[in-house]
Amino acid sequence: MTVASRAGAERIGRAFARAKDERRLAVAIYLTVGFPSRAETGPLVVAAIDGGADLVELGVPFSDPLADGATVQRASERALREGTTLGDCLAAARTASGDVAILLMGYANPFLRYRRGLADLATDAAAAGVCGLIVPDLPAEESAEFDDALAPAGLLRIDLYAPTTPDARLQRLVPRSRGFVYCVSLTGVTGARTALGADVRDFVGRVRRHTALPVAVGFGISRPEHVAALRGIADGVIVGSAALDAIAAAPEGRRADALRELVAALVAAGRSA
Amino acid sequence: MIAAARPGRYGEFGGQYLPETLMPAVAELEAAWLAARAEPGFQDELARLLRDWVGRPTPLTDAPRLAEAVGLSRVLLKREDLAHTGAHKINSAVGQALLAKRMGKQRVVAETGAGQHGVASAAACALLGLECVVYMGTVDARRQQPNVFRMKLLGAEVREVDAGSRTLKDAVNEAIRDWVTNVRTTYYLLGSAIGPHPYPAMVKDFQSVIGREARAQTLALCGRLPDVVVACVGGGSNAIGVWSAFLDDRAVKLRGVEAGGEGIASGRHAASIVGGSVGVLHGSRTLVLQDDEGQIRETHSVSAGLDYPGVGPEHALLAQSGRAEYVARTDAEALAGFALLSRTEGIIPALEPAHAIADLRQVALALGRDTIALVCLSGRGDKDLEVVMSRGASPPDRGLVPGGRGTKPPDG
Repeated sequence: MTVASRAGAERIGRAFARAKDERRLAVAIYLTVGFPSRAETGPLVVAAIDGGADLVELGVPFSDPLADGATVQRASERALREGTTLGDCLAAARTASGDVAILLMGYANPFLRYRRGLADLATDAAAAGVCGLIVPDLPAEESAEFDDALAPAGLLRIDLYAPTTPDARLQRLVPRSRGFVYCVSLTGVTGARTALGADVRDFVGRVRRHTALPVAVGFGISRPEHVAALRGIADGVIVGSAALDAIAAAPEGRRADALRELVAALVAAGRSA
Repeated sequence: MIAAARPGRYGEFGGQYLPETLMPAVAELEAAWLAARAEPGFQDELARLLRDWVGRPTPLTDAPRLAEAVGLSRVLLKREDLAHTGAHKINSAVGQALLAKRMGKQRVVAETGAGQHGVASAAACALLGLECVVYMGTVDARRQQPNVFRMKLLGAEVREVDAGSRTLKDAVNEAIRDWVTNVRTTYYLLGSAIGPHPYPAMVKDFQSVIGREARAQTLALCGRLPDVVVACVGGGSNAIGVWSAFLDDRAVKLRGVEAGGEGIASGRHAASIVGGSVGVLHGSRTLVLQDDEGQIRETHSVSAGLDYPGVGPEHALLAQSGRAEYVARTDAEALAGFALLSRTEGIIPALEPAHAIADLRQVALALGRDTIALVCLSGRGDKDLEVVMSRGASPPDRGLVPGGRGTKPPDG
């Protein structure tokens, strides 16, 4: 393993370790790049970091986001109307500073179309300070092409697992995970929910049997009380639609403040007493 | 036969580009389909429904006046327009609904473009006592009102999709989102030979009845195989179904006709093979219409059933290998084909196979006038009357249509 290939893993590891040292859950914030405008993405990334986010997922807008609910769909449509490109997402990654771990989250097709392909993407993303990719329409069966291209540049691909994943499949695939394991909290698409999925504790337990990596829970996590309820279950939470909803609800000029306040509340809710 | 290197792969195409939540579901589906396929009881029940309820076998119609008009020695029409609910979609819908029932799934979701697959799904679910929800883009629902009414009449719930381009691709997105959310209880009845494995293989299998019948009927009628089999291609289910019986007959040419819309150069079309490039859409790596950033482009076709920015992965391979040839015919050409078949043979085709009809003069130029062409007439045109009337072509100019010998064939 080269020095480069450790870089992404180390930064993700540090993000979770820092949260653990502070006796709290790590908080990952998803932002659709280009929403509500291309110019606002930079300040919003800074606001998420100022609010205490340990990881930031930069959402690459896609025309057909089939794993996403209405919030991310609308944000993606808006971002595409703004003319947002994958190049803009890499530019947004460069605006992030400090210890925060930056990931790109997006569907397979825009990644595959980047310049001359995935190897170019890996090189440029690593240079922009990206630690890894999360690709919701890329299950283990289709991931080799991405993994082969990302590894030489030190980028990870984060695996997602779902409550529907059977134990035998977890046993086979989870040990191969790198960085952290992304547990989808519910059977469904992204989007804010009023309550946590009923079987999250059981599901995270099933995953942990096969890995020592940090486990983060995403999809539907929208309120501080959801984060508090995950203390002692997960190592981190991923919040996306609720962050976009907070941005959308705030008046122009107050959006970064609204996001910073939400993130701070989520971070505080994850702190053990 | 061009076989997949491994299940679900067609060369570099195919696969299962899906959220993890659905991976166990497609594995369960593949296992259930293969088990049902090997079970005589299931096959007998399917054969009975295809005969007594769908009305199979559908006829093969010799079309001499059409043949003369386009300059071919013989045109044979495989009459899927005469299948129950008016299109080939019913073959796969009844097969999959039977499979859903066998799997214990009481709820079915489907997408629809022209409404033909939605109507077929609604009818099959009514027959088998299954709950049916059909997703349809608002643009399509507006241009296919009679089919919306038919679906509701058949007991289905029609959910209009007001996202993206508001057509078939967005209906597929929404059906997949419903499936992700309700996967434990819900069967996704996908209408074309697209999507993740096993759908392209399974839909082809259910549609292969078209090819088996047409091959035997052509041999009985002509004493030999056709020279070319022509079919329209949106996702490509009627084409792959009729071609399935001819893939091994290397002398039989296969010709797929895509929706050229306002012309390939205009950018306003739905020809994913003729005008597309390799990409990932709806669970499959295939040929798609996309921009330089990998965003799926909005498509255009006068025919809602062809208005889709991707194509089944086996078609992508057949195009790459050269086994099949793909061309595009414009909206105007399809409308001329629509009028031509109506006037020459007394058959009003759907706008989808009207693209195949519109290609026949080109077939004659390319292959010569001694050619016997088999055309899959995948559906009937009742649903399209409103669209055709709104195009100001009502009724088509008589002068363009041959009234007898020596009359100039219609122009695009």
